[in-house]
Amino acid sequence: MIFTFTDEQTELAAILRRFLQDKSPSSEVRRLMQTESGYDPRTWAQLATQLGLQGLVIPEKYGGSGAGPVELAVVCEQMGRALLCAPYFATAVLGVHALLASGDQAAAEEFLPPIADGTTIATLAVPEADGAWATDRLQTRARRSGDGYRLDGRKSFVLDGHVADLLLVVAQADGGPSLFAVRGGADGLKRRPLETLDMTRKQAVLELDGVPGRLIGAEGSAADVVERTLRQAVVALAAEQVGGAQRCLDMSVEYAKIRMQFGRAIGSFQAIKHLCADLLLEVESARSAAYYAAWAAEEQSDELPLVSSLAKAFCSEAYFRAAADNIQIHGGIGFTWEHDAHLYYRRAKSTELMLGTPEEHREIAAGYLIDRPATPT
Amino acid sequence: MEATGSSVRQEARDWIEENFDPQLSLRAWLERLADSGWACPAWPADWYGRGLAPEQAVAAYAEFNRVGAPGPPAGLGVMLAAPTIIANASDELKRKFVRAVLVGDHLWCQLFSEPGAGSDLAGLQTKAERDGDEFVVNGQKVWTSGGQIADYGMLLARTDPDVPKHRGITYFAFPMNQPGVEVRPLIQMTGESGFSEVFFTSARVPASAIIGELNGGWGVALSTLGFERTSLGTATGLGFRLSSPGGSRFLAQQEVSVGEFIAASKANARGYGVGGTAMTAGGIIPLVALAKELGRDHDPEVRRQIVRLYTLASANTWNGLRASAARRAGPEASLGKLMASRIGRQWRDTASLIAGPHGMLAGEDGPLGGRLASQLLATPGPSIYGGSDQIQRNIIGDRVLGLPKEPDPSRTVPFRELKVGTQAAEPQTAGAGEGS
Repeated sequence: MIFTFTDEQTELAAILRRFLQDKSPSSEVRRLMQTESGYDPRTWAQLATQLGLQGLVIPEKYGGSGAGPVELAVVCEQMGRALLCAPYFATAVLGVHALLASGDQAAAEEFLPPIADGTTIATLAVPEADGAWATDRLQTRARRSGDGYRLDGRKSFVLDGHVADLLLVVAQADGGPSLFAVRGGADGLKRRPLETLDMTRKQAVLELDGVPGRLIGAEGSAADVVERTLRQAVVALAAEQVGGAQRCLDMSVEYAKIRMQFGRAIGSFQAIKHLCADLLLEVESARSAAYYAAWAAEEQSDELPLVSSLAKAFCSEAYFRAAADNIQIHGGIGFTWEHDAHLYYRRAKSTELMLGTPEEHREIAAGYLIDRPATPT
Repeated sequence: MEATGSSVRQEARDWIEENFDPQLSLRAWLERLADSGWACPAWPADWYGRGLAPEQAVAAYAEFNRVGAPGPPAGLGVMLAAPTIIANASDELKRKFVRAVLVGDHLWCQLFSEPGAGSDLAGLQTKAERDGDEFVVNGQKVWTSGGQIADYGMLLARTDPDVPKHRGITYFAFPMNQPGVEVRPLIQMTGESGFSEVFFTSARVPASAIIGELNGGWGVALSTLGFERTSLGTATGLGFRLSSPGGSRFLAQQEVSVGEFIAASKANARGYGVGGTAMTAGGIIPLVALAKELGRDHDPEVRRQIVRLYTLASANTWNGLRASAARRAGPEASLGKLMASRIGRQWRDTASLIAGPHGMLAGEDGPLGGRLASQLLATPGPSIYGGSDQIQRNIIGDRVLGLPKEPDPSRTVPFRELKVGTQAAEPQTAGAGEGS
């Protein structure tokens, strides 16, 4: 039933929370964010072998657990809370959903098992110079060559693109926007990590110069694949945002209880207390929106396109507000490098602008609510 | 025993099948509803309810609404007085009042706020002094919704001024129809009169009408306030969509048949719906219609604000569903109340953005048949009544987040010594502060 977590889902959250407390404390986040690869291969392997998380939504016949969007939301929420540095969103959300949405069975058989066992890092490369997740203005081209294709062009804003073993690249073929599998070490592929505001999640530029690519699904099918992948991905991202926003609120409340000024804990002043109360309403509402969207995805509801966009817009703004107010409540210490507040502030802003800004998502929702309303509840 | 939503639904359907009869008098129907427990199925089974969880009750209400059946008289009796009595009063008082609320014998009002005791409710001054088996009440209440028509009031009165303010208050079921009570209507900023001032001049209430303990009224008041936050914060329309007339002055109206009553209610229903719908996601419907009518539906800012409104209203509904799935209530109801104020403001601001200069007009000349203007004028109310937004934030901070309470020296001082209400103007001690 909606909003009622099963014991297994609750247990999954608890196990992952403990795992992340152990493997991804602040010190580890800070170490990894300063590395070029941006993740720890041992932790990545343990995520797969101990917890089976890369294969969470991969069907069992491809080596995964066959779980759904609600479990994925539970996992992303915890990872967002801990600011886990790992190519999880790129691999297990974008990569897996794109492969599943393609309906290409041979590709699924070949690529999903090594993702599930943690040996393949995958990502989805859609945006180009303008950063949009759009398939109607692709400059990257795919031409037939022998039995395969060669890709030319430049992809940007590719999550974990510099470390991915499998790059799912959307390029313009004769039959329209199409999805191609490109190997991380392919000839003619140059990858450069970008300097990112959010150092805990890396992005890369891909230069493709006659790079061999394998067509996934049919030519011309990528617009639909990207659309369906995005619907799932924004729900997972909204859940990740909820985890981060909750952590910001927790930090604020903990600090407001112990920081003494004028002989009182600052949380006893209404100026601070009311800020915290407003944040709780933001975070709780964001959580309701993200969970509702996750259940809509689970039930393959017609509402999903609408509510996933509502959730992404709302959770983005709630997270950023929580991250910004958290710094304010901490005062001077909150503005320092040594305090973790800025790490969340960076992640919050970055995820707000990722996969469509709040304004873009509200415009999608406006299409459903204003231009072609069904029967709103 | 756990009943699922669908089995409750079936049970309600079967009962309606057997008992709902448009030929019945409204009175007879209300008695059937009350005695079967379907009038308020979330109440305890011992006291005219069926002990259902909130979401099960919602499922049952949907069945009654499907056939258009009227429910008990809406208002503070069902919403606050009866739940407070069930939770806190003696069986004698429960027998006297609970069923009477459901069948509409009594309408209730809330006698809490005073001119000098608003957010600081515990600073109230209206006093009740013992006189044999009765108490004699003197003082003034204000913002009393339905004061003019109420049969009983939930009265908070000072019964011991020599102890700190929270410890000397008693909660009474107070009879309104008596010579010592004067009710004067107040006109609110909308131009309507929804509430009144109530003056007590040696009015009387029996000692047997105390709800809870003598001087234990504060705890009982908190339970009423909890019911109030829940009902104000959640989207309306979760109970019976149609409510019956009631109260001693309107009992004759219950003589009509259920069928006639339903038909007359339909004839009275107005086009764009009533205020409560602005609180739900459906609140965007008239705004979308207005935007299209005025050619404003492609304006990016209009589109953005309509979606924001829809999102807030949806989030409020989802928050409520999550809370009931987790069986949570209590202080978290303050979140819903805070959100309700915000949704109201978002509706108002979106509506005036769309309306532009038309927003200057009211009544038949105004947009949405005057609803825009009336909603605009009504918007400042919800963030004040039932505990202001600022008080809700204190409750959330203190009781949900566990932040330290603000130091409040007035909690430990005998009430008599506080600067509160008319006491604030009185000289405290002779000679203090006088120049020499």
